[in-house]
Amino acid sequence: MVQNTNFQSNPQLQTFLSGRQLLVGDIPFSHEEVQQHFENGYVQYREGLVLQNSKYKCNRCGNSESHFFGEFPCVRCGQKCHYCRKCIMMGRVSSCSSLVCWCGPPKDLPATSQPLEWQGTLSEGQQHASDQLVEAVNLHQDLLVWAVCGAGKTEVLFAGIGTALSKGKRVCLATPRTDVVLELTPRLRKVFPDISVASLYGGSDDRHQFAALTIATTHQLLRFYQAFDMMIVDEVDAFPYTADESLQFAVQQARKKQSSLIFLTATPNEKWQRQCRSGKRSYVTIPARFHRHPLSLPKFVWCGNWKSKLEKKRLPENVLQWARSRIQNQKQALIFFPNIRLMEKTISLFRTIDPKIETVHAEDPLRKEKVQAMRNHETLILLTTTILERGVTFPNIDVAVVGAEEEIFTESALVQISGRVGRSSKYPSGNITFFHYGKSQAMIKAYKQIDHMNKEAYRKGLIDYV
Amino acid sequence: MFRGWFDCNYCLICHDRIESTLSWVDLFVPEQKEVVCYECLTKLERIEGVKCQICMRSFLKLDAYYQKGELCFDCYRWEEEPNYKGILTQNYSLYSYNQFLKELIAKYKYRGDYVLAKIFASEIEKKIKEMKPNYIIPIPLSEERIYERGFNQAEALILEAGFQSTNILTRIHSEKQSKKSRTDRIHLPQVFHTTAQVTGKVMIIDDIYTTGSTLRHAARVLKGIGANEIISITIARG
Ligand SMILES: [Zn+2]
Ligand SMILES: [Zn+2]
Ligand SMILES: [Zn+2]
Ligand SMILES: [Zn+2]
Repeated sequence: MVQNTNFQSNPQLQTFLSGRQLLVGDIPFSHEEVQQHFENGYVQYREGLVLQNSKYKCNRCGNSESHFFGEFPCVRCGQKCHYCRKCIMMGRVSSCSSLVCWCGPPKDLPATSQPLEWQGTLSEGQQHASDQLVEAVNLHQDLLVWAVCGAGKTEVLFAGIGTALSKGKRVCLATPRTDVVLELTPRLRKVFPDISVASLYGGSDDRHQFAALTIATTHQLLRFYQAFDMMIVDEVDAFPYTADESLQFAVQQARKKQSSLIFLTATPNEKWQRQCRSGKRSYVTIPARFHRHPLSLPKFVWCGNWKSKLEKKRLPENVLQWARSRIQNQKQALIFFPNIRLMEKTISLFRTIDPKIETVHAEDPLRKEKVQAMRNHETLILLTTTILERGVTFPNIDVAVVGAEEEIFTESALVQISGRVGRSSKYPSGNITFFHYGKSQAMIKAYKQIDHMNKEAYRKGLIDYV
Repeated sequence: MFRGWFDCNYCLICHDRIESTLSWVDLFVPEQKEVVCYECLTKLERIEGVKCQICMRSFLKLDAYYQKGELCFDCYRWEEEPNYKGILTQNYSLYSYNQFLKELIAKYKYRGDYVLAKIFASEIEKKIKEMKPNYIIPIPLSEERIYERGFNQAEALILEAGFQSTNILTRIHSEKQSKKSRTDRIHLPQVFHTTAQVTGKVMIIDDIYTTGSTLRHAARVLKGIGANEIISITIARG
């Protein structure tokens, strides 16, 4: 539609709708006013669902799986309406509903000359990645930052975000987990004290704030449309392979056509690794930690048919021995299990070595307390499912995986788990053991990935020995 | 392959694939398509044991103080009111209103996930066939509410069960019932209105039975236009 330049548009509506895609019911302006803006070419209505090759596709979340669509006799349009069930928790997108976007003059952000206030220093590896990132921002390019666990990836972002903000660009940092949003928000507010920061997750208050820097769960991206000049996606490896497609859709919707896109990961999936190697994806690695010691390599230890032993509430002797020796040396440890059921079967046996051994899993209501007890050194050994594979760090621990060949332990899960060891400069190494009944491809690939990173770090002079 | 003959089924609640439990009988007498997986189904709790003869409130976890013979204290008091005595003869609720069902109904009604009505369709169908009402009437929504949601959740339960919905009630007052005291609820000016006439046995459908006042107010209007007996079905007994 041609824009009527004589039309007096409402600046509040402009602020509210800029870079968004919302359902009519989510807009706190009168229907007449929104309609007027539409008629004058300031607001765009995009179809909620589109029919592609006789299959529906949701324009908000990208879903096109037929079992994620429903049908109902709709009172609004008086017809059989289809609707997307995949993103319904954000309000129903149906055949007769539109996604409302702003298409008038864009809302401007003030340029801030020196937005970053941070006195810290970067390691050599971090500095290199940081420089590449700034360049990607300047040239509107895509970049994958492949940083080993514990490399300090947040600091690497500072200069790039600062560059974008200084030019009045709008920045978004998206991450799959709410905890990470909550953790990053105060850190970024502190280093960008004069910048408006919105923190978005299910149930947060900043939902309608137009901010220069948005920190959001990836789920919240579905409410944005061509909004960001710089888009950062953290922990891309945390997404299961199938969810990757939905994520890519959301990211492409939320970024502006001309924008930079930064992915952060400690362990890219196989497809991405292949793209990196073949030059189809530009990337930069931070192969070493700040403390200049190599990553601990996993030891593979055959432990026989652990599954049948666990079913009978017994444990392979070498696993038991491994745990016993941690207790004797008073060294803290995490022991990973493939599922809750098998883990729970072993607890009574573990407690014969030390009555204070605990278990933790995703649905455990005492999850936080148990992790805290580990931090306080009240617990020496914590048995866990993959829930503790990322995020949580303990300064000086050893790690074992029982049944490392199980499918749930993917290459990236195993790299993340191994990355729990040797995080602090005071205790830069530790023991990581994969107990198995036959090595899996994932185990071998995880080993190779860690080994490769160490060698690269050594070659680049980022660590002093391998 | 054998499974290939059939449509792939996904659970309407958790979206997991449903393992079909085909037996030889099913091949000759085609069963209804399963819509919910076994795990989700077990989370829906039927109302078991001794219960109120009118509203189905379970006596299992209820203090004896709230029981009056075969009735719960609430129903007993409704029966004491001359205007409401015998107005609702029986309510049937499919499940008790546990946390799982609470979330499910919230998604159904507030998010507008219409297809969830199918979860209850066969149970409701069975009960309607057993109770044989002349009319099945949904509790109406206000006009703005129905436009907002796109459908009436009570009417959808009737349609998905395969019956005709007789939409003769309208709402004249849309104030929240639950916050009012009991006396207010009883003496509230009429909430529902109709211009139609009915005869014989009439069934009212709603999603949740909480205090029973919504159903009784609707029942009173229906009694006034010719209904002999009024019964009801709800998904949940709160
Ligand atoms: Zn959708
Ligand atoms: Zn419609
Ligand atoms: Zn299910
Ligand atoms: Zn009762």
